[in-house]
Amino acid sequence: MAKWDENSVLQVERLTMRFGGLTAISELSFNAARKQITALIGPNGAGKTTVFNCITGFYKPTEGMINLRHPDGREFLLERMDDFLITRHAKVARTFQNIRLFSGMTVLENLMVAQHNKLMRASGFTIAGIFGSPSYKRAEDAAIEKAKYWLKKINLTDRADDPAGDLPYGDQRRLEIARAMCTDPLLLCLDEPAAGLNPRESEELNRLLLGIRKDHDVAILLIEHDMSVVMGISDHIVVLDYGQKISDGSPATVKNDPAVIRAYLGVDEDEEPAVIIAEVAAPIAAKKAEVKAATKKAPAKKIPAKKPTPKSRGRK
Amino acid sequence: MTTQGSNITTRPYDWAAIIKDVIGSGIITFLILTPIVAFKTTLDQGSLTYSTRWPLVLTLALIVIAGRLIFHLFVWNRIETSKSAKAAPAKPGILSTIGKYIGPIMLVIALILPLISHFFPTSDKRVIDLAIYVLTYVMLGWGLNIVVGLAGLLDLGYVAFYAVGAYAYALLSTVYLPEWFGAGVVPWAFYLTLPLAGILAATWGVILGFPVLRLRGDYLAIVTLAFGEIIRLVLVNWFAFTNGPQGIIVPKATFFGLPFKDDPGGFAAFFGLEYNRIHFYIFLYYVILALALLTFVVTNRLRRLPIGRAWEALREDEIACRALGINTTNTKLTAFAIGAMFGGFAGSFFAARQGFVSPESFVYLESAIILAIVVLGGLGSQIGIVFAAIAIMGSFELFREMDFLKAILPQGTDPIQFRMLAVGLAMVLMMRFRPRGFVTKRDPTVFLKEKKAVSGDFVSQGHG
Repeated sequence: MAKWDENSVLQVERLTMRFGGLTAISELSFNAARKQITALIGPNGAGKTTVFNCITGFYKPTEGMINLRHPDGREFLLERMDDFLITRHAKVARTFQNIRLFSGMTVLENLMVAQHNKLMRASGFTIAGIFGSPSYKRAEDAAIEKAKYWLKKINLTDRADDPAGDLPYGDQRRLEIARAMCTDPLLLCLDEPAAGLNPRESEELNRLLLGIRKDHDVAILLIEHDMSVVMGISDHIVVLDYGQKISDGSPATVKNDPAVIRAYLGVDEDEEPAVIIAEVAAPIAAKKAEVKAATKKAPAKKIPAKKPTPKSRGRK
Repeated sequence: MTTQGSNITTRPYDWAAIIKDVIGSGIITFLILTPIVAFKTTLDQGSLTYSTRWPLVLTLALIVIAGRLIFHLFVWNRIETSKSAKAAPAKPGILSTIGKYIGPIMLVIALILPLISHFFPTSDKRVIDLAIYVLTYVMLGWGLNIVVGLAGLLDLGYVAFYAVGAYAYALLSTVYLPEWFGAGVVPWAFYLTLPLAGILAATWGVILGFPVLRLRGDYLAIVTLAFGEIIRLVLVNWFAFTNGPQGIIVPKATFFGLPFKDDPGGFAAFFGLEYNRIHFYIFLYYVILALALLTFVVTNRLRRLPIGRAWEALREDEIACRALGINTTNTKLTAFAIGAMFGGFAGSFFAARQGFVSPESFVYLESAIILAIVVLGGLGSQIGIVFAAIAIMGSFELFREMDFLKAILPQGTDPIQFRMLAVGLAMVLMMRFRPRGFVTKRDPTVFLKEKKAVSGDFVSQGHG
């Protein structure tokens, strides 16, 4: 049995989600293990974000079980819990595909809001805090220390007092991860953390995620399209297509799985994938050589990585 | 360093376009004014006749043409070339220097106002009464600011809590407290009722909060508006309980049991002073000042506590709040409850000051004025609300003073009838030129190295 099954934090069993007549996910089962990075990949519309929304309680699954196990042996059935209780008690944190920072609050404040529940208890549910109790002061200082630790990890210590909305896109992505980590999660769900990042920012993200895996007792579950991120850092990959699991295993196994190749390249059932790959690969290789030759002659202008504009501020 | 405005070049005139625009706007003015201005009906000995006023229409159209021409020649041909305001080092302007000290200065002025009011040309009583009036609205603005400015929930029925506070004082002091504890308690009624009024209003805040938890934006605004009207209509129609539209006469506030009366048991006699009605006003002034400062201090402390940060986070992004484990239901309810509580305090004070409550004081217009104060001051900004309250309430009162306007206004009109018109116009202009209110910057609640105000451009205005 693979190692991620032995110490799994998250167990998804026969998860099915239907929206009216549309089955977004059907009978999906997979595990995510502690101190491991599990990637959830698949073509557009495969149902990846729906899986995330089921795990984090934003959707209630139609069928199936999502079990989260704590190191002390407590188990939580996430499909029965409210979204904010999943974060609070079951210790699942998430980020969003379109960044959802509190853009009008400073970077530090964003990290403080993430520690809300701990601070709320320390402030005696506001009553002790309003009279300036020393125990709350200590708790707040500890929270600032924790925020500082994460600021250092994401290299944003110098910008701690700037509004989060003022940060560059890549920094906002990392800040959102740091904010999620400030809730002390056991499972961290990242929805396309590398979307819109340039190669350098992607590299920084990889380092951050590997650092989190090394230093923190957390299982990371990520959705990603950027294969350099997925193949570079994940320990375990689950591939979805049309809401069904088509492959599950280590990066090497998944990469060579004919079903995965078929899903990504869009091959008919009866065609032989190997033949298609050869067919597809040949022109690509030819084109590559062509481009190489062209760049040698006249270095083509580098097209900067396209960045999606951060979501518009103002009234929503 | 160049400031944003100084680097301006002019564009050559495009005469064809200018002439087209000028003549076009002249024609449009003419067409619009023809039905409005050109024909005047007069009642002439029982028959209705009309006269035409074409010269007037032409003059007005010519004014529009001249105005647009002037703008074309001198204003609209400028091009701002420097957009590098961000790169230019921010020079602390005189405004920001004033901004740093304005709070303490205002506080000192507020504390010594009854003393300096002797030097005003008008009578002391009027100045202090106006100050009490303005401070009541400052307090209401600060209370509503918690709901609208911090939590981002648009509440159009805030006056309901003001009414709950006022009627709580009225009913408790005239009916229930004497019934429970005997008539001797009446002089103390204000002090006993004040906390109860706050608690009752907070309870109503929660009662309003529950049904609107799932609503956002326009829908939330409509339900809160309806709630405000429901409370008022109940006060009007539940005659047996509230005495209906006739209102209730209530005992005025006392100085810890000493009434402000010209008799041996009164405040003046007790302290060996000569009786003067101003004592009552000075006392009321300090009571409302204390209540307003309580609102200010509590709100400021709450902002720095997790609950206050959760309110602001809720305004910024509700879904992210839930993803961070924040119970948004409780967060909204506490915002409604605490905002309502301060409204209840203010209502209780209002009743104790007036000595009379009736549903007429709690119409929708009051909610709109309080909301206007909050919006004009800048959502979430406490100091801005002070300025807005002074500007709006002060300008209302100013119209009472302007008797000289009667000379130019048509016969039989009072300048006070124009106050809403003028304030409305002022607000339109204000929203055109400073759409985020007087103070747009947000003060961060915690900082690592240096406290930098957050530009209003980043701050979300909530879901309502």
